Amino acid sequence: MGEEATALPEIDLDKVDEVVDPFLGKKGIMIPVLQNLQEEYGYLPRPAMEKAARKLKIPVSKMYGVATFYAQFHLAPRGRNIIRVCKGTACHIQGASKISDRITEILGITTGETTEDYRFTLEEVACIGACALAPVMTINDNPHGRLTPDRIQEILDSYE
Amino acid sequence: MFEKHLMVCGATGCLASGSKDVTEVLEKELSDRGIRDKFRIVMAGCPGFCEVGPIIVVYPDEVFYCRLDPENIAEIVEQHFVNGEIVEKHLFKPPKSKEVKRFYDEIPFYSKQVFNVLRNSGRVNPESIDEYIMRGGYRALTRALDMKSEDIVEEVKTAGLRGRGGAGFPSGLKWKFTLQAPGTKKYIVCNADEGDPGAFMDRSILEGDPHAIIEGMLIAGLAIGSDEGYVYCRAEYPLAIQRLKMAIEQAEEYGLLGENILGSGYNYKLNIKEGAGAFVCGEETALLASIEGKRGVPRPRPPFPAQKGLWDYPTCINNVETFANVPLILRLGAEEYAKVGTENSKGTKVFALAGKVNNTGLVEVPMGITIKEIVYDVGGGIQKDRAFKAVQIGGPSGGCLPEDKLDLPVDYDSLTQAGAIMGSGGMIAMDEFTCMVDLARYFLSFTQNESCGKCTPCREGTKRMLEILERITEGEGKLEDLDTLRDLASSIKDSSLCGLGQTAPNPVLTTLRYFEHEYREHIEEKYCRSGICKELFEYAIDPESCNGCRACTKVCAVDAISGEKKEPHKIDVELCTKCGSCVDRCRQDAIKIIRVGSEADVQG
Ligand SMILES: Cc1cc2nc3c(=O)[nH]c(=O)nc-3n(C[C@H](O)[C@H](O)[C@H](O)COP(=O)(O)O)c2cc1C
Ligand code: FES
Repeated sequence: MGEEATALPEIDLDKVDEVVDPFLGKKGIMIPVLQNLQEEYGYLPRPAMEKAARKLKIPVSKMYGVATFYAQFHLAPRGRNIIRVCKGTACHIQGASKISDRITEILGITTGETTEDYRFTLEEVACIGACALAPVMTINDNPHGRLTPDRIQEILDSYE
Repeated sequence: MFEKHLMVCGATGCLASGSKDVTEVLEKELSDRGIRDKFRIVMAGCPGFCEVGPIIVVYPDEVFYCRLDPENIAEIVEQHFVNGEIVEKHLFKPPKSKEVKRFYDEIPFYSKQVFNVLRNSGRVNPESIDEYIMRGGYRALTRALDMKSEDIVEEVKTAGLRGRGGAGFPSGLKWKFTLQAPGTKKYIVCNADEGDPGAFMDRSILEGDPHAIIEGMLIAGLAIGSDEGYVYCRAEYPLAIQRLKMAIEQAEEYGLLGENILGSGYNYKLNIKEGAGAFVCGEETALLASIEGKRGVPRPRPPFPAQKGLWDYPTCINNVETFANVPLILRLGAEEYAKVGTENSKGTKVFALAGKVNNTGLVEVPMGITIKEIVYDVGGGIQKDRAFKAVQIGGPSGGCLPEDKLDLPVDYDSLTQAGAIMGSGGMIAMDEFTCMVDLARYFLSFTQNESCGKCTPCREGTKRMLEILERITEGEGKLEDLDTLRDLASSIKDSSLCGLGQTAPNPVLTTLRYFEHEYREHIEEKYCRSGICKELFEYAIDPESCNGCRACTKVCAVDAISGEKKEPHKIDVELCTKCGSCVDRCRQDAIKIIRVGSEADVQG
């Protein structure tokens, strides 16, 4: 799912210059460049990475190597709402998998996937520091704690 | 002049339980009464007791309000802040006790804690350097500026400080090696990657007291002769990064960072690097590769970073909590510092205490305290008075300790001997509803997923182990699997390139050591007594306990529960998805975990 599900939005490649230019000539910059590109586009579009790699004079394969290594980077566009179910230890033993199971039942997507209408992307995180409220998930950084499977539908309904 | 100072916990735990709304209402209620300017409202760091959030601590009255709701605020403002009468019903009340507790010192959760590293967290405004200075901050730095490098190193050695990031290596020794290593440039690196997926100590320290880290790193810089440092912090910790950035700017403005610090001629530049979400990047050589902008894969040691680190220069890398201890050592003096703790483990340790205890949160305890004291005195015992089963210490590299290890003192050596590790501070208590095989599977799937793939034992070995554990939890296990697991574990431990692989088998080994009977039950009897492994149990309603209240039928998404009102209900095991919602809802504890196929014996 994801890449081929819907026509991709146009990509404005001029933004790449804005992101990359301040870094030109500095060292240890690959990760910050990718982070800023992702902040700009919401994910890492291939043409943008190719252009950035050209500007920085590094092989695009090397940039892909870094982008695919770190969990933070996304190579495909994501949904309007990002659900992150905490799979930290405290949440795990308080039943986190029952929470993600219910989300999967309702939305028909599993971890890493996006719904066809780009309404939700489902992800996992490790401990978000709210173990006292386990199991926990965040939707667009809003935390929802002390979850039970029967509360999921209602919470999802409140995100357009 | 402010009449009162209101410290509202603005850390993640309390934000998740609604502290933002509480603050908004508080602002509004005070403004509506025209008294807003008499109150200083601070979004403070974590005071630790996440379980009872949102929390507001009122100074100078010394009142600890907890479990607040936006609806409670008007009453507190009116009765306490206007009329001067404390609102008792929002104070802390221990379970099974009628007596309310007014302030930190009376609350049992805090009584065995010692606040060294967390001394400021929740008590000062983390965004104000002045408050840090008022509480004695940067005094240790001024002391260190007058000392020779060797003497600072000696002080830290005498204090007995050991690394808080996992392995417990003596910090003074590491500093000595870095000091002695030849190099035209040297770096200090703070490891704030916090990889343990059940922990949030480092984050809380950074969010609650960022200047302590800066001061610790500045002192380390003086000790090893470095003029530049990096804090490598997970990108998932935006608030910590923001607070740290702010603290760096303030310190620069005050002449405490940058060129010619306090007129001493000492220069120090501090940078922040955001990590990008890979557990292995917490390993020091991988972390350095990541700062350099590469894939975060570890390399063999030696050479150690102390000899050849960041861009090949000698580099001293320590954990957040380790650095947070440093100003304290210099301020108190090594001997005074070393009064807390045991012979070989000095000072305190911060733990993120979570799981099935009553009081979850961030705790700081003296080394040498027993696990029992942490679980029962600080943690308030197991929820719903259930039986304690185990405590997991040290996350994916650590181990599970059973009930008969409750009296074990928490120090580096005792924990290692028992098969666990001190780790970075994750501590999860578990009760009879936690399956030990599933827990081992959980940790292994984590490490397997995070293995960087560079060395074969870790990449392939953990995959084999995980496959076996998955088979066992699905009811397809064989008895010889247990030996295979042990064999794999020992070869992965011995031959992996880095600490990730070398410690990955620990959760399996300790559960095998202390809970082999649960593995056997899964394999031989196809039964998961904890009700976790879905193929290996069923739910049934005990007709003796069920009072037919219907609470369970309302939460069952698949309508698997039937029965007349006030009559015992029944679960249709064919329909049941074992989501457990009904179990959480039943107030009679009537829903039982049973062996597959034994439903007729229970429900009739
Ligand atoms: C897989 C792996 C993950 C690690 N994760 C962390 C971490 O998240 N935080 C940390 O401080 N140390 C971590 N360490 C330990 C570091 O390699 C290093 O020993 C530590 O940062 C040294 O600091 P200390 O001596 O102050 O503890 C990890 C080690 C391994 C093998
Ligand atoms: S484990 Fe989920 S918030 Fe800590």
